[in-house]
Amino acid sequence: MTETTIESKRGTENEVLANLPWDANAPLLEVDNLQVEFHTRDGVAKAINGVSFTLDAGETLGILGESGCGKSVTAQAIMGILDIPPAKITGGSIKLNGVDLLQLDEKTRRHVRANKIAIIFQDALSALNPVFTVGWQLAELYRKHSGASRAQAKAKAVDLLKLVRIPAAEQRVNAFPHQFSGGMRQRVMIAMALALEPDIIIADEPTTALDVTVQAQVMQLLADLQKSQNMGLILITHDMGVVADVVDKITVMYAGDAVERADVYQIYERPAHPYTKALLESIPRVDMKGQELAAIKGLPPPLTQLPPGCSFQPRCRFAKDRCTTEDPPLYDVPGNRKSACHYWEEVFNS
Amino acid sequence: MSDPAMSLQEGPPAEQTEPAKDANRSLWGDAWYELKRNPIFWVASTMAIFVILLAVFPFLWTNADPSTCRLANSREKPSADHWFGYTFQGCDMWAKVVYGASKSLAVAALATTFTTIIGITMGTLAGFFPGWVDTIISRVTDIFFGLPFLLGAVVFLQLFQIRNVWTITTVLTLLGWTTLTRIMRGSVLSTKNKDYVDAARALGATNGHIVFKHILPNAIAPVFVLSTIALGGYIGAEATLTFLGVGFQQPNTTWGLLIQEGQPYALQGDPHLLVIPCAFVVVTVLAFILLGDALRDALDPRNR
Amino acid sequence: MGRYLARRLLQFIPVVVGTMFLLHYMTMLSIQFGGDPIRALFGDNPPPAQVIEAMRARFGLDNGCLEQKGNPCVGIFWDRMLQYLQFDFGINFRGREITDLVGERWPVTLRLTLIAIIFETIVGVILGVMAGLRKDKFVDNFVRFSTTLLIAFPTFVFGVIIQVLVALALGDWIKAQDYFPTWFKAMFTPVFLSDYPWLSLVIPGLVLGAFSLAAIARLTRTSLIENLRSDYVRTARAKGLAQRRVIGVHTLRNSLIPVVTYIGIDVGTLLGGALVTERIFNIPGVGGLVFQSVTQKDSTVVIAVVTMLTLVFLTANLIVDVFYAVLDPRIRYE
Repeated sequence: MTETTIESKRGTENEVLANLPWDANAPLLEVDNLQVEFHTRDGVAKAINGVSFTLDAGETLGILGESGCGKSVTAQAIMGILDIPPAKITGGSIKLNGVDLLQLDEKTRRHVRANKIAIIFQDALSALNPVFTVGWQLAELYRKHSGASRAQAKAKAVDLLKLVRIPAAEQRVNAFPHQFSGGMRQRVMIAMALALEPDIIIADEPTTALDVTVQAQVMQLLADLQKSQNMGLILITHDMGVVADVVDKITVMYAGDAVERADVYQIYERPAHPYTKALLESIPRVDMKGQELAAIKGLPPPLTQLPPGCSFQPRCRFAKDRCTTEDPPLYDVPGNRKSACHYWEEVFNS
Repeated sequence: MSDPAMSLQEGPPAEQTEPAKDANRSLWGDAWYELKRNPIFWVASTMAIFVILLAVFPFLWTNADPSTCRLANSREKPSADHWFGYTFQGCDMWAKVVYGASKSLAVAALATTFTTIIGITMGTLAGFFPGWVDTIISRVTDIFFGLPFLLGAVVFLQLFQIRNVWTITTVLTLLGWTTLTRIMRGSVLSTKNKDYVDAARALGATNGHIVFKHILPNAIAPVFVLSTIALGGYIGAEATLTFLGVGFQQPNTTWGLLIQEGQPYALQGDPHLLVIPCAFVVVTVLAFILLGDALRDALDPRNR
Repeated sequence: MGRYLARRLLQFIPVVVGTMFLLHYMTMLSIQFGGDPIRALFGDNPPPAQVIEAMRARFGLDNGCLEQKGNPCVGIFWDRMLQYLQFDFGINFRGREITDLVGERWPVTLRLTLIAIIFETIVGVILGVMAGLRKDKFVDNFVRFSTTLLIAFPTFVFGVIIQVLVALALGDWIKAQDYFPTWFKAMFTPVFLSDYPWLSLVIPGLVLGAFSLAAIARLTRTSLIENLRSDYVRTARAKGLAQRRVIGVHTLRNSLIPVVTYIGIDVGTLLGGALVTERIFNIPGVGGLVFQSVTQKDSTVVIAVVTMLTLVFLTANLIVDVFYAVLDPRIRYE
């Protein structure tokens, strides 16, 4: 992707990264039993209670769930940019090629950001600094991570803008974020994430703030770039429609739990968790025109007051007495899938 | 494309963990709930009520007459009998301070009332009617804003031969209404774009109905916060003007006059003549600032 | 940028004329309702009527419109504006040119306000940043408490108390010690010393800037906390930048934009405050001149000097607005 090459002035950052005990055989990213709490004045909110998933190079993982289910918190925990306090990681591990990121000191962790894992935020207008030019904000990555000179970094920034197909990149590089359209700004965010050729990109609702037609373009660009660079992509969304086209596998989250894990086709064909099933039924479909949409009744519970047993049980039509007392573990479902439901077979076969 | 129940945008986690408050408690109900739990609010309102009681019922607090003074007592230091000592003219300092509260507070209360009324009216008009109404009000505000407060007040007041509660109030009001107008205008502008205002308009509500039922109750909060703080500010401003010789004049009794009178003697070794009236001014101003701060926190806990 | 500047300049002129007219009209109303300032000058022992008439004519107060309550006297305003344009601000009751009087004194006031601005900006921003970065910790509570207290002190109250405490009590002690150099002792005097034109203004300058210092500290704190929560600061952290750079480059610059705007407005507060500080510390500056003229009921001087100070204030605001546009590109390209 780079036409301009940079000879690193400060080897230290790359040296630190190179000297970490990477394990080539381990999965690219392995999140295991991650737990995050928020300490607020109204008590402890359990934002994530034991989320696990893996991601390999070239693979796309969709994380799906309603607002406040812990999707974004998971993303920020992986990036290491949660505000601590009020947030606190109380358990679990986040392993990148076998190295547990949670065990790294803050400085090493910082080197991992952007170099190894990068993130794309939802609202590019507020995620880009309004007082610096787009080019400056892109160039900053090269100047601070690779020790590039201002001129070199600027040239690389222009390359990046071309890579994400922004027209007239040489001129636009000197423009400020507010001078771009929504779609173009989101391309800048993607360019920023790609800058240091990371192994993983996390896209946190990358298209929610955009018009539908622009959504498709941006999504396509992201998918193309991921393929050509063979990166791992985590796509966080509440929109089942976005997920279906691009992802390989899905983790469904509800109230801080990962309630179902499966390949995308398996999920769409035959969900094994009542929440996933309800989500699928609530998508309007052309072939069901005229029939009433099945909306999910009720609201997710407040994270400070999770109900005993299964958190979805108050809204679940499959719920029985056992669900109100016993927290369901992740059951194995045929086809190398997981479901956190005592009665997954009932859901699976219904 | 997606579930309507899920179309809510994801917010920061802190917001989702807010306590499950009564759904039907209003903005002001919420504010009162927050205020009750804030100890600073109780301290500040106790201080403010104390000063107001001094101003309204001075005779309840002292038997001494502030105008019967004996030169023999001049500059006497504080003692067990007279905690605050005597003034230069041999008057009881406590009685002077108690009777001095009323004029300062009257000016501040009147100036606050007038500026708030003008500010709300002008701000609402400017915010609600874009176009020439807004242009005229905004430009006039700019012009008044161009005159620094204290400088303007000195010019106008020094031309008056008689300076009493009304002249001082008039000048403070004339120079003070701009800030509140600007705040109110901004607040109305942002409220006007809310969905419930559009909804009311779509249902055919009249302008008057929209302004009084939908915009004012929701837009007025920042003005009340600022008015509370301004009340303290006007007490300070009146004392400053009096100290500079363009406010109240002898033989009135006000805190500013007491400070003006005490300053030279404090330099000669009688600090109580200066410190005591100063303390009353500061405590009063502080009370209203804290009250305003507490109100602001209660109305918008996020901006603490 | 060019268009923004042009528009800002275009707005500047009507505001200046408007403010001048406001000042003029209020003065006219005060004279029409409050009575003749010449007569007031002499109190109970008025000189013969011819003398008063002569003085009225000399100060332009013999105009018939001054008898008609509510008349804006546009003619007088017009004449006065033309005079101001030729730098003719009139004479005082003793016959001295007001421009001369101000010419002697403005360097002192300029030094005083400069000390105040530098002090309040540096200390205020540092305090605000410290508090904002450690929200709800000891430093934050300390800064919030002390600034609230400072704001509750009207400048003149703070001034007279500092004068008694620092300049007198502490100053006497310092003067009694042999090992302090003379210049240091000069700093702790309750009055202005012409031999030490900067040092003896330090304490008055600190008094003058104290209120705004508290305001700047609070403004910086609030704005920093708000920006620290913002998405672009999260982006900066996600870019793997060092904490120092996230705060110093990505947060601070944005947080200081409202502070710059405040300093513009603050010039007005400081010029008013100079009246108070110069009166307390006996400083022969422009504020002292206004105060002196108020005492002598020389309203021509008061009006002329306040007019000049207002012009200084409006110009300072114009400069700050330009600076604001340099800092915030969203304004520049509006």
